[in-house]
Amino acid sequence: MMRPGGDRVGDDRTEAAVTDPAYNFAYLDEQTKRMIRRAILKGLAVPGYQVPFASREMPMPYGWGTGGVQVTAATLTPDDTLKVIDQGADDTTNAVSIRKFFQKTAGVAVTERTADATVIQTRHRIPEHPLTEDQILVYQVPIPEPLRFLEPRETETRKMHALQDYGLMHVKLYEDIAQNGAIAKSYAYPVKVSGRYVMDPSPIPKFDNPKLDMPAIQLFGAGREQRIYAVPPYTPVVSLDFEDFPFDPSKADHACDLCGADTSYLDEVIVDDAGGRMFVCSDTDFCGERRDAGHRGAMSPPDAAVQA
Amino acid sequence: MTPLLQVTGITRTYGARIGCRDVSFDLYPGEVMGIVGESGSGKSTLLNCLAGHQRPDSGQVVFDTRADGPRDTVAMSEPERRMLGRTDWAFVHQHARDGLRMGVSAGGNIGERLMAVGARHYGDIRGQATDWLGRVEIDTARIDDRPAAFSGGMQQRLQIARNLVTGPRLVFMDEPTGGLDVSVQARLLDLVRGLVRQMGLSALIVTHDLAVVRLLADRLMVMKDGNVVETGLTDQVLDDPQHGYTQLLVSSVLQV
Repeated sequence: MMRPGGDRVGDDRTEAAVTDPAYNFAYLDEQTKRMIRRAILKGLAVPGYQVPFASREMPMPYGWGTGGVQVTAATLTPDDTLKVIDQGADDTTNAVSIRKFFQKTAGVAVTERTADATVIQTRHRIPEHPLTEDQILVYQVPIPEPLRFLEPRETETRKMHALQDYGLMHVKLYEDIAQNGAIAKSYAYPVKVSGRYVMDPSPIPKFDNPKLDMPAIQLFGAGREQRIYAVPPYTPVVSLDFEDFPFDPSKADHACDLCGADTSYLDEVIVDDAGGRMFVCSDTDFCGERRDAGHRGAMSPPDAAVQA
Repeated sequence: MTPLLQVTGITRTYGARIGCRDVSFDLYPGEVMGIVGESGSGKSTLLNCLAGHQRPDSGQVVFDTRADGPRDTVAMSEPERRMLGRTDWAFVHQHARDGLRMGVSAGGNIGERLMAVGARHYGDIRGQATDWLGRVEIDTARIDDRPAAFSGGMQQRLQIARNLVTGPRLVFMDEPTGGLDVSVQARLLDLVRGLVRQMGLSALIVTHDLAVVRLLADRLMVMKDGNVVETGLTDQVLDDPQHGYTQLLVSSVLQV
C-alpha cells in the first residue's frame, strides 16, 4: 500500500483496518518512529536516565500529551489494543481525543478495560488494576527534570545527575518538613530508580508511587522538553524520604461513594452549593467494573433505579 | 609530618594575560596561611585553582586525602573532586550570596552538605543545624528564616556554619570580611579564629586586609602581578618587609 508521498505503511496487515489512507501507520513516518524507538531502548537500558530525542510537532498543542503520543505511536503495532486515560478517566477530552487520533491514524482496537489493553497511554495516574508483563504503560510528562525548580540551569542539572549529586533534592524535602511539619509534595513525588537516577514519575499522585515497581514496561515521553525515559519491568523504584519522616502514599480517608472501594485513589466531587461532596474512584474503569460486579457505595442509587 | 596540601608550579593564564605563575608552597595540618596582594594580583585565581573551581594550565595540587593518602586533585576525576568539595574541603565566598542558597531556610542551608553526603534523619540534621547556628552566634529561633532576612554579618556567619558542618580539614576563604563594617568584622574574625583553633582546621585566606592576616594567619604569601614576591611568618613579613612591594603594602595601611 503506497501513500501519495511514496512512504510505505508500517505493516501490511493494516490494510484490513479502517485507517485513513492519507496517514502513515500511527501518524509518524517510519524514520521518526525508528528514532523514537532507539531513544526508548536507550531509556530502558539506563533506567531513569532522560534520553534526548528529536520531538516532532504533533497535531495538538504542547501540554496535551505530545510526548506520550509520540511514544505510543512508536510503540503501537496493528495487533495492539489501546487504552487512553486522563487522570484515571477514559471519558475526558484529552483521553477521548488521543484515542480517536489513534483509531483514525492506526486503526488499532481500543478499549476502556485495563486488563484487555496492551498499550495504555496515561496522564497523571497508574490504573488501579495491576498491570502484567504483556502491557506497556506510556506516561505523558510535562516537566521531566526532577531538579528543575531547584536548579534552573540544564547544564548543571545534567551534571548533578551524572555525578549523583542529589543532596539538593533532600534539601527540598527538608524545607517541606521545616515549614509544614510533613513532606508536602503530594504528586510528582521524586523517586530513585534502580539505586541510581532520581526521576520525576510525572504528576501522578504519590499514592501511585509504590506501584512504579511493576511487571509492565513504563515509558515516559515529554514532547516539549524532548526527553524520553523508562522504567523496565521489576525495577526497584524508591520514593525519597527521611528515616524519621518515611514516605506515606496517602489518599483521601474515605471509601468510594459509588462502588465502596476503600483502597483506590479518590477524586473529591462537589455536588451542590451547600457544601455537599462525594468521593469517587478516579479510575473510572476500576469503579465501573466493581459496580458491575455488584459492589455499592454510600451514595449509590438504589439497585432498582440503576436497572431502570 | 605529611603536608595537608602540597602545591607545585601552579600556573593559570587567561590568553596572553597571566592569572598566577609558578606558585608553590606546602600547607601543614592546623596551619593558617594568608595570601595578600592588591586587586588583580592573582589571589583569587590561585584560590580557585587550588579549590578545583578552575583548572590550572600546569602544576599539581596534592591533597592528603583521608582514604588514599596524598592525591593530585587536578588529575582527579570530577566526582572525586566534588566529593572532596563537600567533605574535606570548605569554600567561604566573599559574598555570602554566592555561597548560600537564598531561597532555602538557614537550617536547610546548613543541612545541605550533610544530606549531600548521605544524612537521611531529619531530627539529626536539624539538631546539627541548631548546634551550628549556636556556634556561629545566630539565634537558634531563626533556623527557619531565609538568609535574605539576615544581616550581612549573619549571612557570612551562616555561610561559615554551612561549610564547617561536615567537619572539613581545609577551608578556603576568599575575602571573608569584605564588605562588612569593622565591628562586625572583628566579631567574625574572633569567631573564625576560635573555630580554626578548636577544630584544628587548616585554612587558606585570601585578603587585601593586612589586619585580617595579622590576626588569623601563621604564614603569609605576598602576590604581585601573578607572582609570589615574598613568603614568611606573618609577623616577620609584616614587621620587616623585604620586597619593595611588600614595604609599600605595609606602609599603605592607614593608622588610626
